[in-house]
Amino acid sequence: MILDHLPALQVVVPLMAAPLIVLLRSGRAGWLIATLVSWFALAVAVMLFMRVQSVGVISYAIGNWPPPWGIEYRVDALNAFVLVLVSLIASVVLPYARTSIAAEVPADRHYLLYSMFVLCLCGLLGMAITGDVFNIFVFLEISSLSGYVLIGLGRDRRALHSAFQYLIMGTIGATFYIIGVGLLYLMTGTLNLADMTVRLAAVEETRPVRAALAFITVGLSLKIALFPLHVWLPGAYAGAPSAVVAFMAGTATKVSVYVMLRFVFGIFGVRLVLPDLHLLDMLMIFSAAAMITASLTALFQKDLKRLLAYSSVAQIGYITLGLSLANNDGVTASVAHLFNHGITKAALFMLVGGIVLRVGTCQVDALAGLARRMPVTCFGIVIAGLSLVGVPGTAGFITKWHLVLAALQDGQWWVVAVVGASSLLAAAYVWRFVEVAYMQPAPADAVTRSEAPLQMLVPACAMVAACIYFGFETSFSLGGARDAAAVLLGGLR
Amino acid sequence: MSPQSLMLLAVAAPVLGALGVVAAQRHPNLREALSFAAAGIALACVLALAPSVLSGGRPEVVLLEILPGAALAFRLEPLGMLFALVAAVLWPVSTLYSIGYMRGNDELHQPRFFACFALAIACTLGLAFAANLLTLFLFYELLTLITYPLVTHHQDEEARHAGRVYLGYLMGTSLTLMLIAIVATWAVAGTVEFTPGGILGGEISNAAVGGLLALFVFGIGKAAVMPMHRWLPAAMVAPTPVSALLHAVAVVKAGVFSVVKVIVYIFGVDRIAGLTSVDWLPFVAGFTIIAASVVALRADNLKRRLAYSTISQLSYVVLAAALLTPLSVIGAALHIVTHAIGKITLFFAAGAIYTAAHKTQVSELDGIARRMPWTMGAFTVGALSLIGIPPAAGFFSKWYIMLGAAQGGHWAALTVLGLSTLLNAAYFLPIIYAAYFRAPADAAHPHGEAPWPMLAAMAVTTTLVLAFFCAADVLLGFAQQIAGGAAG
Amino acid sequence: MTVGSHYSYWVTILLMIAGLYIVVARRNLIKKLIGLAIFQTSVYLLYIAPGKLIGGTAPIIAEGFTVYSNPLPHVLILTAIVVGVATLALGLALVVRIHEEYGSIEEDAILEIAERETTAQEQGGDRA
Repeated sequence: MILDHLPALQVVVPLMAAPLIVLLRSGRAGWLIATLVSWFALAVAVMLFMRVQSVGVISYAIGNWPPPWGIEYRVDALNAFVLVLVSLIASVVLPYARTSIAAEVPADRHYLLYSMFVLCLCGLLGMAITGDVFNIFVFLEISSLSGYVLIGLGRDRRALHSAFQYLIMGTIGATFYIIGVGLLYLMTGTLNLADMTVRLAAVEETRPVRAALAFITVGLSLKIALFPLHVWLPGAYAGAPSAVVAFMAGTATKVSVYVMLRFVFGIFGVRLVLPDLHLLDMLMIFSAAAMITASLTALFQKDLKRLLAYSSVAQIGYITLGLSLANNDGVTASVAHLFNHGITKAALFMLVGGIVLRVGTCQVDALAGLARRMPVTCFGIVIAGLSLVGVPGTAGFITKWHLVLAALQDGQWWVVAVVGASSLLAAAYVWRFVEVAYMQPAPADAVTRSEAPLQMLVPACAMVAACIYFGFETSFSLGGARDAAAVLLGGLR
Repeated sequence: MSPQSLMLLAVAAPVLGALGVVAAQRHPNLREALSFAAAGIALACVLALAPSVLSGGRPEVVLLEILPGAALAFRLEPLGMLFALVAAVLWPVSTLYSIGYMRGNDELHQPRFFACFALAIACTLGLAFAANLLTLFLFYELLTLITYPLVTHHQDEEARHAGRVYLGYLMGTSLTLMLIAIVATWAVAGTVEFTPGGILGGEISNAAVGGLLALFVFGIGKAAVMPMHRWLPAAMVAPTPVSALLHAVAVVKAGVFSVVKVIVYIFGVDRIAGLTSVDWLPFVAGFTIIAASVVALRADNLKRRLAYSTISQLSYVVLAAALLTPLSVIGAALHIVTHAIGKITLFFAAGAIYTAAHKTQVSELDGIARRMPWTMGAFTVGALSLIGIPPAAGFFSKWYIMLGAAQGGHWAALTVLGLSTLLNAAYFLPIIYAAYFRAPADAAHPHGEAPWPMLAAMAVTTTLVLAFFCAADVLLGFAQQIAGGAAG
Repeated sequence: MTVGSHYSYWVTILLMIAGLYIVVARRNLIKKLIGLAIFQTSVYLLYIAPGKLIGGTAPIIAEGFTVYSNPLPHVLILTAIVVGVATLALGLALVVRIHEEYGSIEEDAILEIAERETTAQEQGGDRA
């Protein structure tokens, strides 16, 4: 029955679509296929999510080789949630991408871009769905390599150098990860996540395991862009085509966070990580530093995309902060923020893409009086910006609430203060845009009214609406995160 | 209609009104008619709700479960009813006034102004009806955001700066301190519902109660307890109708309303009465009363003087709630009402003077009563009410606050109240004296009274000031129920 | 358990550190990629070396053979080599494109040009 093969379809269909698009050599067909594939992936992800909710963990043996020898695809409440997030963002960004890409990338490269896009989607979905640590590495590299290409396709030549930098940093990160996996494999003789968790108990006090933990944490932190390993991110986000950033900002770092969650809680377990290694304490300090310094840096950026990129670094700090608090509400906040920040940042970058299309630049100083020219876009940015700040009634508030709650339960008052300070800084950098766009008079030669084309505006506004919707209706975002936290922390009790 | 649907309609009517205003932005008359219609519907709904609340009904609507156990929900109780009544009664009056003011001064962006104005009222009513801290917080923040375009209405450098101060103080305090206070309450009590008698159980220590109270009092920046008061004078760059309805009534009262609500329904008056860790609050409030009055005394700009007077009067409410006696809680509730109608009258008068004579400074008002007798008459009644002289409504609330202070043996509070009455007199009476008895300085500059809609609005509020003195038992009915809830 | 018997690890560590050092220290993009390749190569060794048993054979069940080498690391590393080659190819392709656009593959020169462009753009923003 086809339903039993859903986990494989989730990855295989985008994987097959990528070479197909290259063979067809047509931008329009490529876009169409990519869009259909992303919608298909979303449908599969939603079905998987519902099946996990009704029947529990789904285990799928690739090629019918039983785990732990064969590769296992294992879907539980946590990665079903991540799958929905990734495919949701892809399926909203792709309809948007056509107009945006047409304006930003030479026409002869369109089909290549869409091919890379689905490949990247395939890699991210694969990372999330697989239950094999080496397989994670393979999918990580699939998504990263296609990601470098996507960023390098930006219209500015600085994008090339950003892509190169990202390639160096990303490869170092992935190699660190694979070194850690190698050490774990040497100690346990297995690559299956679930099996490794069991076998690690016997050897967890040994030095190679600790070294593995260190390598994996550093390697993933590079991919996550956790402060201070974030230097590749602003350049990459500022240079890449708008549709690509909208997709990657919402998904790429998030999936790496998912892998980290798996390792910290699933494989190593808080037993090992918490007491004598102080890994979580270090994560907490770096997250707090990210939330403050990156927000401050964002405040002084002149380029709107860079501003948002630094804001991403700060928001990633929220996610890892929740992780480092390691209690139920903290992990819930962390997982929920994967989703909430994913949709918020995707919305923002999509709207900024509209500005780039119409104004030709996204330098903040050039946007004076923009609200008159692009009222819907500007209003959308304000709403999504409020979600970034964490104003009640938006998706961002839900996360912040749980983050503060988790910190209070842990008695970490300074963390509470950091969350507060960071959201104030977020308000400040969002308000910089508001003042420029709404308060400053438009230049005399400005066009009176030119909103972004509907093909871009509608998906972007749908994303903005989602920021509001998930601020009130939290049964999916919060309920899913709660179940995921239960999965992660369940083994510890 | 059931009370539930009345509550929803009362909040929905201004929202629909705002949408109508935006839709009809090219037709001033239709636009203003829509504003009135929305105001009328909201007022009718709120008035229709009053009898059932007075007879002990507590209608409740649950809209959405935002967090497990904390829904977006409305529940009407006497304090919220009182606040909703104030906002709903004064909205149509200030709409009338705004029409006169905005037309009289040829202000730009009028559709945006009226739309935001209506939305601000919707937020205020939502806040008044809130059944739990989460709902209250939601509307509190929305109110801040929706009033920002009103404060920065003129869009010049001064407005931009004021807007920054406004948002900085209000969002800065609420997004940090108030949010933390709410989450901490949740962590301690496992709920954030407003419950008579409070929700804090026995587990929380004396010092923690004090800390939590501090987070709330300073986190609710709209209550303008010093040092969180700076946004209020800054907000005076807004057009006067905004200052009148929002920065004398809706926004600031939302602040003190939240403080009273938190003290009565979250902490519980009996739960914290006698705790050593909450003793500081009356002193902070008392300091704010005196210090703000002194600043008001020295302010020459009329609106600025009124703003500092508002800061001082808001702390009356905080002080009264902090005294933690049944009579002082009654006083706090009453003072929310009486100060609102008194202060809105004063702001109406200030705006009328600006519209008719283009004067903003106290020192320019010599002899103005000869040209604008109606306006200055209203001003005088409003000022008397704020000083607390009968036959104005302000006398009543002050009386109850002082009774409460005496009941609790807070002699320091009594002294503060007495001193501040003198200060109130000292900064209002010279204006009245100058307006009536000094010779006009610039006889050459001819001007008459303000436009009739403004005068009509002033007439209504002045009548209310006087009427409440005569019919105070209506208000007292609600206020006693609150005190009953506080005691039970 | 002498130091000498672990020599494969020493070689691994040496390659790892040397590769990483080259990536960090060299400003020439090609040299950076070479460093990256060396760094990745160390990982191949890390996997392969422990999988080999002295005297072991390929894991084919037959008469007379009882000691087998572990085949899985070889398979894994085949995959990793493919990934490494792809990374190197993409990196070199990017360097070619960078050379086309900037006329240099020295990072300092590229950064200088990029810096200048950023400043020019910002000032353009100020003017507008």
